[in-house]
Amino acid sequence: MRARYLPVVAFAGLVVAIQLATHFTDSAYHLTQLTMTAYYSLLIVGLCMLIGYAGQISLGHAGFFAIGGYLSAFLTTHNLAPHQAGALISLLSKSGLLVTRSDLYGGSLLTVHPWCACVAAAIVTVAIAYLVGGPVLKLRGHYLAMATLGFGVIVYRIVLGTEFLGAADGISDVPGFPLLPGLEIAGKSSLRVPNYYVAWGLVTLGMVLLLNLIHSRVGRALVSIHGAEDAAGAMGIPTARYKLNTFVLSAVFASLAGVLLTHYNGGIGPSEASVMKSVRYVAIVAIGGMANLWGALSMSLVLNYLSLRGYLGSFDDAVFGTILILIMLFAPDGLLRRHLFSDVKRLVTGSAADEEAP
Amino acid sequence: MTLLSVRDVSKRFGGLQAVSDLSFDVARGSIKALIGPNGAGKTTLFNLISGVLEPDRGEIVFCGTALQALSTHQIASRGLVRTFQHIRLFPKMTVLENIMVGRHVHSGAGFLAGMLNLPFTWKEERRIREKSFEIMELLGIADFAGTEATSLAYGQQRVVEIGRALACEPKLLLLDEPAAGLNMRETSEMGGLISKIRDMGVTVLLVEHDMELVMKISDEVVVLSYGQKIAEDRPLSIQKNPEVIRVYLGDDQ
Amino acid sequence: MAGITYGTIYAIVAIGFNIIYNTTGIINFAQGEFVMLGGMSAVTFHQFMPLPLAILCAVIVTLLIGAIIEIVFIRWLHKPSVLRMIIITIGISILIRESALHVWGESVRALPYFTGTSVTSINLGGVYVTPQVLWVVGVSAVAVAVLTAFFNYTLLGRQMRACSANRDAARLCGVNAGNMVTLSFMLSAAIGAIGGCVVCPITYVQYDSGTPLAIKGFTVAILGGLGNSTAAVGAGMILGILESFSIWVLPTAYKEAISISILLLILFVRPSGIFGSSEASRLKEF
Repeated sequence: MRARYLPVVAFAGLVVAIQLATHFTDSAYHLTQLTMTAYYSLLIVGLCMLIGYAGQISLGHAGFFAIGGYLSAFLTTHNLAPHQAGALISLLSKSGLLVTRSDLYGGSLLTVHPWCACVAAAIVTVAIAYLVGGPVLKLRGHYLAMATLGFGVIVYRIVLGTEFLGAADGISDVPGFPLLPGLEIAGKSSLRVPNYYVAWGLVTLGMVLLLNLIHSRVGRALVSIHGAEDAAGAMGIPTARYKLNTFVLSAVFASLAGVLLTHYNGGIGPSEASVMKSVRYVAIVAIGGMANLWGALSMSLVLNYLSLRGYLGSFDDAVFGTILILIMLFAPDGLLRRHLFSDVKRLVTGSAADEEAP
Repeated sequence: MTLLSVRDVSKRFGGLQAVSDLSFDVARGSIKALIGPNGAGKTTLFNLISGVLEPDRGEIVFCGTALQALSTHQIASRGLVRTFQHIRLFPKMTVLENIMVGRHVHSGAGFLAGMLNLPFTWKEERRIREKSFEIMELLGIADFAGTEATSLAYGQQRVVEIGRALACEPKLLLLDEPAAGLNMRETSEMGGLISKIRDMGVTVLLVEHDMELVMKISDEVVVLSYGQKIAEDRPLSIQKNPEVIRVYLGDDQ
Repeated sequence: MAGITYGTIYAIVAIGFNIIYNTTGIINFAQGEFVMLGGMSAVTFHQFMPLPLAILCAVIVTLLIGAIIEIVFIRWLHKPSVLRMIIITIGISILIRESALHVWGESVRALPYFTGTSVTSINLGGVYVTPQVLWVVGVSAVAVAVLTAFFNYTLLGRQMRACSANRDAARLCGVNAGNMVTLSFMLSAAIGAIGGCVVCPITYVQYDSGTPLAIKGFTVAILGGLGNSTAAVGAGMILGILESFSIWVLPTAYKEAISISILLLILFVRPSGIFGSSEASRLKEF
């Protein structure tokens, strides 16, 4: 029963070990990319829940990431001072939901507090996810893939074409996200180590929540829906509602990842909403073995880190495309499963095996 | 005492009248069998009762509630549970897990409780597990608890599927061809099992092609042909019914 | 007029989708890339040879790429799941796009107008159009007509249709189902390339023009009912014209968002398409 938390402890150990290793090798600059990797991983484990366990593909999760990131960025950078006279703004200001801070040029800005912005982003994400997920999840197969892809493109086009969201430049100068006095989620090099721990701590927390879910009554129901939806319904499981809830849950994970990474990076650009990002997330889940949270997390750690460090160079997307095809051709159940050998054999012997099959 | 009542139900697919003006009742605590040649509308009728399809006309009343407007899972949670003609076990899950899914309607932990692993869910999980083992013991499949369900032999898969349905503690169990694909010994064991389930207080409605099994275990038999009811009687009288003989053996006999 | 030009190209992509869907039940997410490849390679060939020859070469190259894709990635898979096919074809589209980026760079390219220039116009009963629009419509019409004739009146075309209806039965009758699938990828690549060539003087082409075309082509295929190529032509016109009208109401930047919203709307309300029957679509494997 408690066996599910053993890997969590091992994982936490790994996180600490990596930090210590970078400390003693004087390569703490790696932690910046590792912290960013953590936030992407948060999205990926949420998506793994949706694709691997509930069995619903989404090619639009970069859209939810962008909704979170952009909403938070906009609210925490949009200067409300000119509207200060307005009743609503002054009310918000008095209730402490707004903060005053100075901008780069020493002027003062009145903006929404990051925490409020984060809550607002989460609420908006939940609303959008329910609104979109309701009808979208009634679709299957190609239709579901195209509809979620379409959702992603719509978000991309909107952030790219909207002036107050910075159009092609995105939003920059996003303030840090205050957690404790002296500790904020921000890209300052003085806060590099604490930020690394905060980020991976959040991932660990997310993993614990999802692992609990998988091993619960709901998790069993989700796997049964994935396996045989009609039979799951016949057992009294409200399949549509469970799929929708999982969709919303994964959207919230994506959105929070967007919020936090935006504060960490100090900005967000439209490329975060691009279709290629969504495809990349699906690729990582697929490589991790679909219904395998630890697989998805470890692949996310490796691939996102390599990509963020720039090791893949200008072949970044091509590498993900190639991996995606290879995995789906030879090991559709993920890298860590069997059948690899027999598929390779079938390729070598040509379609002969195909002809024999009934 | 009537548990399920099918009243003037009709269903048409394009040009095919699959079920027309069909009425019959299922008495509480009985085993009722639906028989008829291929294409008589038996499976359609099952799909209508379990909510997979909606009837064009007519009413299906279960325990005083009309079922037509309800969805599959609502019907199941009211105590009307079915099995499938082509076994629909959950792949990648063990026998135990398959049966535990059957306890879904009798437990309540939701997404939040599950993620936070709240203490009340521990107790609930334990009860689900105990009850599932009880059912596996009853059906003699406890030895396979940890085996992946879809890797079992065909006959055992059938038993697991029935076990999963029993885990829902149904008032009415719909069995869609429970003996299909079973050999003679397995079929006779299946007959024993169905009688045992009835003796536990579960009403059974089954579709079956194996006449020997139907005649042995059923309390009453409904015969369908081209979507219409042509006879409803006790097994012995059905066997002598000239109309039924004509349908099964053809006009020119 | 822009509406009709774009509508035609959407219809061509949709027909490409349909050809492969009809023989295999696969939606080829790399369909838009065929159009891009056709346009790009025609531009390159045109540097060395006259336009008609360049187009011919471009179509042949794309057709061969289509065949290679099918032989390397699709042919040997045994009854792959829908999810697997989606991901594989998406992977293929990424590979094609990234290769195009490395071969041709990020620059926007175009073929010259086939006849006249961008300022030439022909008076058609009071409406002035550039001759290239006529080329687009004309070539597409010919392509659709040839395809229809091919599927209805030639043995090969009928064999392909037989495969889509029942693969095993077709195989029993001596049809080589595998070759039919390769052929469908070749046809679909070729018609995409033709579309890419005729339309790129007007719309220009870039390494990443494929994806938006694929999504809109899919919208059109759905709008017309998946697998129904005649309806796709009408649906393409509807989408193209709707899109060109949307610019009057909303900023151009949102043009694509509008057409995709249409896709979502159709999928939610009537996934069988406005011309299709809902009964038939339910029978398909979704």
